Amino acid sequence: MNLITVSGPPSSGKTALIIKTIDNLKSRGVKVGVVKFDCLYTDDDILYEKIGVPVKKGLSASLCPDHYFVSNIEEVTQWGIKQGLDLLITESAGLCNRCSPYIQDIKAICVIDNLSGINTPKKIGPMLKTADIVVITKGDIVSQAEREVFMSRVTSVNPRATTMHVNGLTGQGAYEFSTLIYSKDEEIKTLKGKKLRFSMPSALCSYCLGETRIGEEHQMGNVRKIDLEDK
Amino acid sequence: MIDFLGIKEDKRVQSITLKPGFNKYKEAETFEELTINKGEIIAIVGPTGSGKSRLLADIEWGANADTPTNRTILIDGKTMNIESRFSSNNKLVAQLSQNMNFVMDLSVEEFIELHAKSRMVENEREVIEKIFNKANELAGEKFALDTPITSLSGGQSRALMIADVAILSKSPIVLIDEIENAGIDRKKALDLLVGEEKIVLMATHDPILALMGDKRIIISNGGIDKVMEITVEEKAILHKLESLDDVIQGMRTKLRYGQELEANFEIIKN
Repeated sequence: MNLITVSGPPSSGKTALIIKTIDNLKSRGVKVGVVKFDCLYTDDDILYEKIGVPVKKGLSASLCPDHYFVSNIEEVTQWGIKQGLDLLITESAGLCNRCSPYIQDIKAICVIDNLSGINTPKKIGPMLKTADIVVITKGDIVSQAEREVFMSRVTSVNPRATTMHVNGLTGQGAYEFSTLIYSKDEEIKTLKGKKLRFSMPSALCSYCLGETRIGEEHQMGNVRKIDLEDK
Repeated sequence: MIDFLGIKEDKRVQSITLKPGFNKYKEAETFEELTINKGEIIAIVGPTGSGKSRLLADIEWGANADTPTNRTILIDGKTMNIESRFSSNNKLVAQLSQNMNFVMDLSVEEFIELHAKSRMVENEREVIEKIFNKANELAGEKFALDTPITSLSGGQSRALMIADVAILSKSPIVLIDEIENAGIDRKKALDLLVGEEKIVLMATHDPILALMGDKRIIISNGGIDKVMEITVEEKAILHKLESLDDVIQGMRTKLRYGQELEANFEIIKN
């Protein structure tokens, strides 16, 4: 089975991209399944069911979504293999923009949209910087110049990635994208022993453990203070 | 710096060639191999959903018998290699789409400057002036360098986008998706693009635009049905259509300035 991870900020067009891509993969006889990771709520599983692909969803609720992802990804992979999939797509929202549920040797795709502002590429951390493919969406609603400026900003943050435009509504570019994410020769049997590309957000202060009171006397563990000194 | 980033500046594309593939019923396309040279304008016509987008995507991607249509696109007689297909620095195609909005909160000047900076051009001031002047030539109503781009009218926005693509976009091929009702001088716009040595492909059903081209591609059922040369007779119609268009544009101007429209008007033959 092939496995890819797709992530990107909420509403950047991940699901639309994946659905249009699946259309193209299906017509080539590739059996695709999706596991959607989200935080509090998602309806996307219904969209995937509608187009007839095996789908599961996982909500991290009060847990850090990245921790939730990495604690479940091996089981998710085994589910995909059991379903007899050729390609399993995992989709997760970028949430704090720090998240990067990318695994070494597993193709990592970051989706960002032209409407998010030209400084956004700099604000997104490892999720953009360590991706193999960056898909830029919503290009049809901005000018050619803005597309070029936005793409050059993306490239300056991650020069290594293949960066491309896909229109999630018309599917323009989705066929081309589909050729990049699936290869017959690839075979993932387990993720055991593999590593994340980037460490999880560091945690373990008292608030991680459920503390809600404010003030220094309630802060324990890994606490970092903002510099408010006059320079 | 530009060398360092691997941006090939002066690699001007001279021609693109389309080789036939299949339509959606897997029937072979019957057109002869079609070569479009720089400075040429090709109109693409066909009903909605007939496969125009797929043709544009094939060109954008440099298809090599590996897309659903099985078409091949040659650039200067050669297929595109994988590297240049996926390179973000050497995109082949600039697209002027139907939805032409600006979303950035900038003045015209800041906007062009930002684009020029991302292209690392050396003569920024010169480029800004040139784009600004050209855009104002195309637009019905003038705008200033400090006008916010979001407050430009539809016609002014299109004029600015077209001037910007002609002068500042490095992509040698321009795809235009319907510029009718544009409120801009379309002839001048096409002249500008062609003058900057672009290959222009436009999807349009506007007879004036279609006849401004050199050839037109007819699409049906997902395939190229035929390629037609614009005939001498058609070129003659173009003059009539342009005169008609002048009448309508003239009325539009009158409406704009609160004048009355007259029942008797003349179509001046030029």
